[in-house]
Amino acid sequence: MSDHAGGYSADPRIRRIESLPWIVAIAAFFLLPEYLSLGARILIYVLYALSLDLIVGYAGIITLGHSAYFGLGAYVAGILAAKAGISDPMVQLAAAAAAGALLGISTGAIILRTRALTLLMLTLAITSVLLEIANKATGLTGGADGLSGVVVAPILGLFKFDIFGKTAYLYCLLVLLLGWWLVRKMIYSPFGTSLTGVRENTLRMHAIGAPVYWRLVLVYTLSATIAGVAGGLITQTNQFVGLNVLSFESAGELLVMLILGGVGRIYGAFVGPVVYLIAQDQLAKQFPEYWYFGIGTMLVLVVMFARGGLLGILDGVLVKLRRRP
Amino acid sequence: MSAAALETRDLCKNFGALTVADDINFRLEAGARHALIGPNGAGKTTFVNMLTGALPPSSGRIVLGGEDITALGQAKRVKRGLGRTFQINALFRRLAVLDNVALAVAERRGVARRMLRAASKHSEVRDESMELLATLGLAEDANHRILDLPYGKQRLVEIAIALGLRPRVLLLDEPAAGVPSLESHRILQVLDKMPEHIAILIIEHDMDLVFRFAQRITVLVQGEVLVEGPPEEIAKDRRVHQVYLGEQRHG
Repeated sequence: MSDHAGGYSADPRIRRIESLPWIVAIAAFFLLPEYLSLGARILIYVLYALSLDLIVGYAGIITLGHSAYFGLGAYVAGILAAKAGISDPMVQLAAAAAAGALLGISTGAIILRTRALTLLMLTLAITSVLLEIANKATGLTGGADGLSGVVVAPILGLFKFDIFGKTAYLYCLLVLLLGWWLVRKMIYSPFGTSLTGVRENTLRMHAIGAPVYWRLVLVYTLSATIAGVAGGLITQTNQFVGLNVLSFESAGELLVMLILGGVGRIYGAFVGPVVYLIAQDQLAKQFPEYWYFGIGTMLVLVVMFARGGLLGILDGVLVKLRRRP
Repeated sequence: MSAAALETRDLCKNFGALTVADDINFRLEAGARHALIGPNGAGKTTFVNMLTGALPPSSGRIVLGGEDITALGQAKRVKRGLGRTFQINALFRRLAVLDNVALAVAERRGVARRMLRAASKHSEVRDESMELLATLGLAEDANHRILDLPYGKQRLVEIAIALGLRPRVLLLDEPAAGVPSLESHRILQVLDKMPEHIAILIIEHDMDLVFRFAQRITVLVQGEVLVEGPPEEIAKDRRVHQVYLGEQRHG
């Protein structure tokens, strides 16, 4: 389940074990009705982490500014809902996706000409600039007070967002399913394989005639689009947008979730947010002042002992079990 | 005179006051087996990097099959039939051998940008890559990762990737570098079996390999062409002995 590398000899068929996350998600819907709002948040973060895995894990683009696209998506959906009177969730989501894509291509085209530390700093700069714009444009965004009054009409005119978060949960699950399907398809495609080629050896990709820069811009744009959708979802489920969606901390937190789950494996983006957000929820309840200590300890342990994240540990255990007679 | 497969005209490269390529006029004929030799620091790799587009020349022109490619980027030169291998392995180390070659084949076939169909369903890419690996004796290793491969075989994958591009001109930058002498005959076997229509320029320190493979040799010293000719002439040339072969004997 945990290793999804794509390639010309990889079997692209969905394995049985890959239904596990979806079974768990549906089981959670029925068994844990009081946790559905946390559940929806987790689903959104899985989608968001999936978009990050595409560029960090597969294309090898390290970023600390992915919140720019997530935050823009969140604000675009929010502004449409609260200021422009557009309450259709599909339109809001499409606008969030388009905004993510547009920002992705325009910033990607500039920053992907650079590499390593310069690139990292530029990603940071983009999200910082957006944060400041959102902070100052109080008329549109509500500034530091946040944007409230977000109205979301029933989905397709049929399914109303309820107070228990049932609709929101299933809606997020469906959007995640679509996002996962797209990302998975891409990873197993020739395009996905060429991205791993860029990650493994950029020099050689140039030497075999690959338009490396354009490939990176394309995947960056796709990733930004998905992040924009995730941002739109967070606005729709919270019916509020705060400045934190654009913060560098949120981008860093996302990277931590992905590393925790396992980078470049698709399902690391599932495991990471689930573990991180549940741990955060539980630790914050038990130890409101020290919960970051628990998260920090978890991350240190993973980075020191399991470079492949939690899924890497699982891999190791499975390999050992298989070797036994 | 018909157009050469690859030609340079007054090619120069300076790094500040340091001249590493000085008016190099070089001609690689179609289907040639040509070697470029010279002592360390002669500017061989700089020359190759200018040919491939990795390094812009300070002045002069590079002409591929009659077309001036001086201003073209690396990718466009590859598309026009200029392939290369690297002195130090430049492989996709964590990918399977098959994928290493398939990446090149897919680029050439224009398949690499597709994102809706699975890579493994592009059987034309996989079959061609497997065929190529088979001709190099690497078929059994197709599913092994480069990391798990002995060095000699990794050098062969270097060549396989370049051949996957079906180049008209192939630049081999020290194909036998780092390969134990017992295994270097395998490299030579592969070179001997290269399709005749490919013009090959080999940059190599292994004189045994050079004299067995090349029909023509260019000697580069301090960024300048010292002499060029068939192997027997080069072997007899006193200047070459002085600057290069003599050095080899003692080093």
